[in-house]
Amino acid sequence: MIRIILPPHLRTLARVSGDVELEIEGRVTQRSVLDALEARYPMLRGAVRDHVTQQRRPFMRFFACEQDLSHESPDAPLPAAVASGTEPFIILGAIAGG
Amino acid sequence: MSKVRVLVGTRKGAFILTADGKRKRWKVDGPHFGGWEIYHLKGSPVDPNRLYASQSSGWFGQMIQRSQDGGKTWEPVGNKFVYDGVPGTHQWYDGTPHPWEFKRVWHLEPSLADPETVYAGVEDAALFRSTDGGQSWQELSGLRGHGSGPRWQPGAGGMCLHTILLDPSEPGRIFIAISAAGAFRTNDAGQTWQPINRGLRSEHIPDPTAEVGHCVHRIAMHRSRPGVLFMQKHWDVMRSDDAGESWQEVSGNLPTDFGFVIDVHAHEPDTVYVIPIKSDSEHFPPEGKLRVYRSRTGGNEWEPLTKGLPQADCYVNVLRDAMAVDALDSCGVYFGTTGGQVYASADAGDSWAPIVRDLPAVLSVEVQTLS
Repeated sequence: MIRIILPPHLRTLARVSGDVELEIEGRVTQRSVLDALEARYPMLRGAVRDHVTQQRRPFMRFFACEQDLSHESPDAPLPAAVASGTEPFIILGAIAGG
Repeated sequence: MSKVRVLVGTRKGAFILTADGKRKRWKVDGPHFGGWEIYHLKGSPVDPNRLYASQSSGWFGQMIQRSQDGGKTWEPVGNKFVYDGVPGTHQWYDGTPHPWEFKRVWHLEPSLADPETVYAGVEDAALFRSTDGGQSWQELSGLRGHGSGPRWQPGAGGMCLHTILLDPSEPGRIFIAISAAGAFRTNDAGQTWQPINRGLRSEHIPDPTAEVGHCVHRIAMHRSRPGVLFMQKHWDVMRSDDAGESWQEVSGNLPTDFGFVIDVHAHEPDTVYVIPIKSDSEHFPPEGKLRVYRSRTGGNEWEPLTKGLPQADCYVNVLRDAMAVDALDSCGVYFGTTGGQVYASADAGDSWAPIVRDLPAVLSVEVQTLS
């Protein structure tokens, strides 16, 4: 079970409170996590990564285990602690604007 | 008993203001989508409880929300806006080619006949249509591909398609406007388009009378006379009596002919409203006086309307989609400001009062007249 922490606006959009928990089949990567997230919550499509290019939106960041994983390959394995559900995969908006 | 529902889009959410036909006591509901930019929301003329809203954010991109109960509840629908084919390039601010990139939806225009059909004007400029209630969107790419697209360039607010006028007398005829490309018309429901900018003169482009490149801020029509169009251009208030084939300036005695909004009285096709703004470098009312100007002669002769509006120290702006009229017997006129005020007049502009004073900056105002 993977735990995902969404930024407040996306929790509102997806109508969830607290962490999101997802089962991931196969390798746990940014891509497989986001694929599962968007399959469960279709309204989040386009909000974290581009519909067509699948690139991370410029002001979105991915953190886990006190590391910034935003610039890692979307197909790189996420840390074992994320894959085991010990640590959450954090999606957050960069600090910008008001 | 009639009532009115005012749909207000702001920098930080949507608000719905309702009153009975007297328009004296208002209920303010919101914010909906708090914290998000709501560029525009509008109801279907066929089913007034069907509303569409453009919700966007620099972080999370574009969402489209739909309500089936007049704005009490909302559901996100499709937000995939993909240009048809190879998008190509338009001009960037420095004149170099720049690839077309989708940024946001500026304006949503529900069909006059079908609540499931809605048009979206987007930045970078293009027109999209949904025929399934906003679930999926297809570009009407004849507009962007008709030939002049590579010469379009953005205005200061971005290269946006901000105005969509559906002709009630000819279902295939649509007028649109783009900053800074100009006005365009289709007679075949969006298959083919032609620029309709003859008579416009813009000193900020190399050829002031070019076929495209004009920064049109807004176009308005009266539904009983759709061949007559009124335009607030970057500078100049213009009028066309031949569905855009040619334009004549009708700025007349306005204190300045710069501005953003323009609208037409619900029952008097020659009564037109504008709000003059000092200049393109000073986006606030001249002399700090917020004045609506009304022409009862279809332009040229304008009278200031000031009763109830601040006449000192007022330095707000009124953006292009932020004026609307209702259809009650005594026509109501509404506008919102970047200072967060929404002003209403229940007597065609003779007197004004704020409905609310302290909303986030207002981006758009639409009105529904409900029976």
